[in-house]
Amino acid sequence: MGGSAEKPALFTNGKRVDGRGVEDLRPLKIVARVLNDAEGSAYVEWGKNKILAGIYGPRECIPRHDQSLYRAIVKCRYGMAPFSGAEEHGRSGPNRRSKEISKVIKEAFENVVISENFPKTEISIFVEVLQSDGGTRCAAVTAAAVALADAGIPMKDLISAVAVCKIDGQIAVDPGKEEDNFGESDMPIAFSPRTGEILLFQMDGLLTKEELARGLELARNASAKIREVQVAAIRKVYEEPKEERFLIID
Amino acid sequence: MESLNEIKRDTFSALLLQGKRSDGRAMYDYRKINVQPSILQNAEGASLVSIGRSQVMAGIKFDIAKPYADRPTEGVLSTSADLLPLASHLFETGPPSAESIELARVVDRGIRSANIVDLSSFSIDEEKVLALYIDLYILDHDGNLIDTAALAAMSALSSARMPKIEAGKIIRGEFTGKLPVKEKVVTCTFGKLGAKSFLDPSLDEEKGMDCRLTIATTPTHMCAAQKGGWGTVTEKDLAEFLDISMEKGNELRALIRG
Repeated sequence: MGGSAEKPALFTNGKRVDGRGVEDLRPLKIVARVLNDAEGSAYVEWGKNKILAGIYGPRECIPRHDQSLYRAIVKCRYGMAPFSGAEEHGRSGPNRRSKEISKVIKEAFENVVISENFPKTEISIFVEVLQSDGGTRCAAVTAAAVALADAGIPMKDLISAVAVCKIDGQIAVDPGKEEDNFGESDMPIAFSPRTGEILLFQMDGLLTKEELARGLELARNASAKIREVQVAAIRKVYEEPKEERFLIID
Repeated sequence: MESLNEIKRDTFSALLLQGKRSDGRAMYDYRKINVQPSILQNAEGASLVSIGRSQVMAGIKFDIAKPYADRPTEGVLSTSADLLPLASHLFETGPPSAESIELARVVDRGIRSANIVDLSSFSIDEEKVLALYIDLYILDHDGNLIDTAALAAMSALSSARMPKIEAGKIIRGEFTGKLPVKEKVVTCTFGKLGAKSFLDPSLDEEKGMDCRLTIATTPTHMCAAQKGGWGTVTEKDLAEFLDISMEKGNELRALIRG
């Protein structure tokens, strides 16, 4: 990432680079059902992240050797648009990073989708990062959960994800791009709100046991706030029914 | 589902043969069009366009590149299209399909042959030129992706900013002004079924039609064209389609701001 550039001060006088406190999320906006062909969809703006999720399924699982006689297979493809980054033009198509992220997102949803109801089928989660600003995988999980709910896929839980970071020794929630690049640690987490269990967990950098506990506490509190935005987005689909759905970006 | 699709296709085809359309449009009308320019901050240019229920995002990115050996002082223009699997149950993950390559190349040819971006001004030094990437991100597929993508590309170009260049490098986030674009190129795509022809085929109409013909225009000329599908067009069709393309092209151009 930005290893060669000079590390800026990330935490001064109790404020972060963008003026937030350690427990504050960046502005979060979620709109459900923005696509017409997809069976469920959601658009998430989180900081400068712009993320689109679309769902197909349950539909026949192809190739057939992927099928399970007992449950639906959850598939996930996370991809970044070649124009999504602030730096150079990206390559389209999967790479090592996007394949790993697709895998951990898929595994989080395998736990909450009630897949036994749909043997021999697949449920496909497609997430496209249209603009990236740090924390795209957490925004992807948050968008995918709303899109799955919009698609009417039965789930045990409406999940979301958020990262915590360590910036100039302080534990803070929802790192922005600069905090992601220059912070001492990054830890994306998805909780199951119903049970409090952890569905997605990654971490890099250096943390003490106390810092881990503080990070989990911050992430748990933030997840509750994210959930409110998710629920409001799903509710709005039914409060304002429309024939045609469009993605509006302002 | 498959039988329902066949019934739909046959019904819409029967209507077209009577000179009617399933959504009540006239034969040479577009569906509702919406253009949202300048919707992204990281890309140097962007636009989101819908025609009917089809939605396409175009993103513009600049990079430093090596010039082609036979054009050492010219910039590089590259157009690609992704038929994203979230856009349609018909699209699959995997390497680019022939359809996505054709789509990108038709849009590219219109922009390239009308010379609306001056690539000779993209030279930086002997070994470096600017590369301009147009990426067409297909988000929702309900037919006529070519016109939707071409309009998104043109709108993104028209709102694009020129990056600041210092010591042979792009200074990201700083700009020297707007990307100069000489004219606006748009495409009009016609469907043919039997002897009937129509503008802006929806996905249901595309499934039943014999062939399509796309004409890209500037305000004064045609600048690219492509026939697709097994059916045929006549010389008379071409003359008629070109007249309509010039007229409808101006309506499309009027939707592009910037």
